[in-house]
Amino acid sequence: MELQHVNVKVSLPSPGGIDPEGFIPVFHGWIQDQVLEELLIDVASYAHVINGPGVVLIGHRADYSIDSTGGRLGLRYNHKAPLSGSNFERFKQSARAALQACRLLEENPQLKGLRFNAGELELFVNDRALAPNTPEIRAACEPELREFFQWLYQPIGFALELEKDPRQRFGARAKAVGAVEIKQLLERLKG
Amino acid sequence: MKASNALWKERLAGKLPEELAREIDIFETEVELRQQGKIEEKLFAETRLRRGVYGQRYDNGQRHDGKKTQSLKYPGGSTKGPNTLWDAPGMQRIKIPAGGLNARQLEVAGELAEEYSDCIVHVTTRQDFQLHFVHIEDTPVVMRRLASVGITTREACGNSVRNVTSCPYAGVCQDETFDVTPYARALSKFLLGHPDCQSFGRKFKPAFSGCKQHACGLVNMHDLGAIAVTSRENGTEARGFELYVGGGLGPIPHEAKLLDPFLPPEELLPMAQAIARVFARLGEKKNRNRARIKFLVKDLGIDKFRDLVLEERKAMPGDPRWTAFLEELDRHEEKPLRPPGQIPPAAGSEKYQRWLKTNIRPQRQEGYAVATVALPLGDITANQLRALADIVRRFTRDTIRSTVEQNFALRWISMADLPELHRALDAAGLGEPGACNLVDIVACPGTDTCKLGISSSRGLAGELRSRLATKSFQLDEAVQNLHIKISGCFNSCGQHHLADLGFYGVSRTINNYKVPHFQVVLGGEWENNAGSYGMSMFAIPSKNIPEAVDRLTEKYVRERQPQEKFKDFIKRIGRAAVKSLLDDLTGLPAYQTNPSYYSDWGDPREYTTSDIGAGECAGEVVPQVVFDLGAAEREAFEAQVLLEKGEVQKAGQMGYQAMVHAAKALVRNEFQDIPEDFERIVNEFRARFHDTQKFNDPFVGGKFAHYLFAAHKRDGAPFTLEQAQHTIEEAQLFIEASHGCYNRMVAPKAP
Repeated sequence: MELQHVNVKVSLPSPGGIDPEGFIPVFHGWIQDQVLEELLIDVASYAHVINGPGVVLIGHRADYSIDSTGGRLGLRYNHKAPLSGSNFERFKQSARAALQACRLLEENPQLKGLRFNAGELELFVNDRALAPNTPEIRAACEPELREFFQWLYQPIGFALELEKDPRQRFGARAKAVGAVEIKQLLERLKG
Repeated sequence: MKASNALWKERLAGKLPEELAREIDIFETEVELRQQGKIEEKLFAETRLRRGVYGQRYDNGQRHDGKKTQSLKYPGGSTKGPNTLWDAPGMQRIKIPAGGLNARQLEVAGELAEEYSDCIVHVTTRQDFQLHFVHIEDTPVVMRRLASVGITTREACGNSVRNVTSCPYAGVCQDETFDVTPYARALSKFLLGHPDCQSFGRKFKPAFSGCKQHACGLVNMHDLGAIAVTSRENGTEARGFELYVGGGLGPIPHEAKLLDPFLPPEELLPMAQAIARVFARLGEKKNRNRARIKFLVKDLGIDKFRDLVLEERKAMPGDPRWTAFLEELDRHEEKPLRPPGQIPPAAGSEKYQRWLKTNIRPQRQEGYAVATVALPLGDITANQLRALADIVRRFTRDTIRSTVEQNFALRWISMADLPELHRALDAAGLGEPGACNLVDIVACPGTDTCKLGISSSRGLAGELRSRLATKSFQLDEAVQNLHIKISGCFNSCGQHHLADLGFYGVSRTINNYKVPHFQVVLGGEWENNAGSYGMSMFAIPSKNIPEAVDRLTEKYVRERQPQEKFKDFIKRIGRAAVKSLLDDLTGLPAYQTNPSYYSDWGDPREYTTSDIGAGECAGEVVPQVVFDLGAAEREAFEAQVLLEKGEVQKAGQMGYQAMVHAAKALVRNEFQDIPEDFERIVNEFRARFHDTQKFNDPFVGGKFAHYLFAAHKRDGAPFTLEQAQHTIEEAQLFIEASHGCYNRMVAPKAP
């Protein structure tokens, strides 16, 4: 089964509270300085909506957002354009793009002290035709997800929780069982 | 753009209403033809607008990043309209007639927002939905998925009849005359795609209201407005409408004029059709700034306009649909799911008590209430839409309405259920109090996504909202009930003319810097169906508007007379007093002292007006004949596709049909009511164009007309492959000749 439009969300713990609007100037700066290889178009703010997409950096092929959907804050990477290759390669591409964006944000002086939790990732397929969230699809695709997270989080291991609500998109949340650094994962995803 | 577009088409095949499916297939073909350069860009622009596919800011490939204008290098070179790049994301507007929705429709809207947009559905001031940042190639599938739940995007934009709006409390309001919902729906259905509504110079917006005194229908600001009234004759009460025409906001607002003080229901549809025909025939086509019907009514005067409409009405051929809907008025009546009740006496939280006070409106049906779901800036997420769908199923008989204040109204809620309802809404982040009051600010998209936006209406609305939310319940009650409405420019999509405190975006150049400002418009009247428009004052820098709001509301509380409304207060104190109150706020510090004044709310880029583009509100004025010839061309293209698939008979028939429709396009230019009868069309064409030699090509004379006559003479005989091929080729030549004929007809005559 071909899984396209893969989204990856990296958890952003916010014990003291994080104001999503603080990301607006940063994302505008990314457009100004063209810090990413892809075409970035604009910044949309939905910070006024509870548990919503927050602040979205709109791109041509992909969007980046500081998203609090489901009450879970994180950086979400939404790959909109179809990609060639295997599902594993598409998982890798989205994870790499999301984690690279997290690293850039952590390094940004305007967002001092920001720390993403690379040990907690959500991966879902933003397409209900390709991957309806049914028991059959979950059964068919779970091994591929496990294989990917196994590879990503080796050697420490992980726990995987599939999204079971049929109205939500097919996907899962993976939690590494130990500490993981963005740098480590990016190194692995480079290959 | 989406990998699953073909899959959706396959999956939904045969599951959509036939007419909607056909329309969407046609649009999809038009998208393909434009990509191949086979449709001219202006025609395609108006075509997509009439499917609700709208342009967005920066779609010309230019964006000022705060330092310089950057070129947005989209991969595709094609355009989807003049100066509008193919790959630039756009907006999809979705029509919601009378704001009426069910739970499944909410869920589908949410799914589309997640998969094709940015996870947000935006509710507009005309009860529509909008999805932003949608790719043009995904729009046919978006339309199919909407059609699968009975929603169309047809004529949501462009020079067409836009969404028919209606009071969201219709049928349950305490003091309405009668429920206007079935009438609004009937008009919406009747005018959708109606041939008489295809050649307007601009858009045409209808609205319905069940009473005169409330705001909910905003009839006074609409192109066509109907207010429910009754008359009593011989002891019997009869329903009717006060029919208004020619209202509108825009840069210069016009109040609607009374066309008929009592229009019987059976005359509603034919009268609207007659108005549309007069507007199509006499309305301005070249100067789009004067092309709305309000200008025609103003220029002719309401009496002359009325005479023309009545004359038209008499001449129109009859249509059984005019009255068919009257037999099923009861079908629209909503019923409660749960038994009536009383609000439980238990106190509840402070938030709940506030919500009860501002968001709950008792119905005229004892024991029931309407609960307004307040959406911040009209935005709602996909998860919230799913939660709302669950709430709709749990507390109502599967109905909900969007409102012109960019909210939702849940009707027929048993009063006994209110605490439970609030808990459910609150769990979804939808239980905020303050609906329809000071905090519930209306704003158009402004510079966020609109090509015409001058200042950030949503940015300002968000700022005012967060400031006022913390203190609104401590404010004087008179202030709590004021309305703030904000437009990003003078075109008034945020309806600023109707607000107590209205603002619209302007810019000023100060010391060589562009500075975002808002023009202050005070004392508009929201009630009485947008009873009167506000007074324009002066411009204030964007960053000083919150302070201006504070000062104006404080002065109102301090100095108002007992029961004095804000509009009366403003009228009494006058412009001079307002100027004196806010004068110091019209200035601003030097850039070096405080550069924040030189960027807009919610947008840290240094402000510029260089991103303003050509708007698509007016669309392109494309004559009906050009649309019809475009449709004939598409049929010829489809005929070729059928031939390639080996479907010879269908291909030949389609080629013939394309020729007849091209002929009809020319005939309709002279004979508006030409029926869809091939024999009649060919005969009319022969008499009007062939026999008069108007169709004759300058070089080959009447040759191409004979292609049509020969194809028509076949009278259904089967096609060989060669005959089908010839017919399609002849159809293409005939359509070209029809274009040539039309061009000769409209070319300026040599002196």
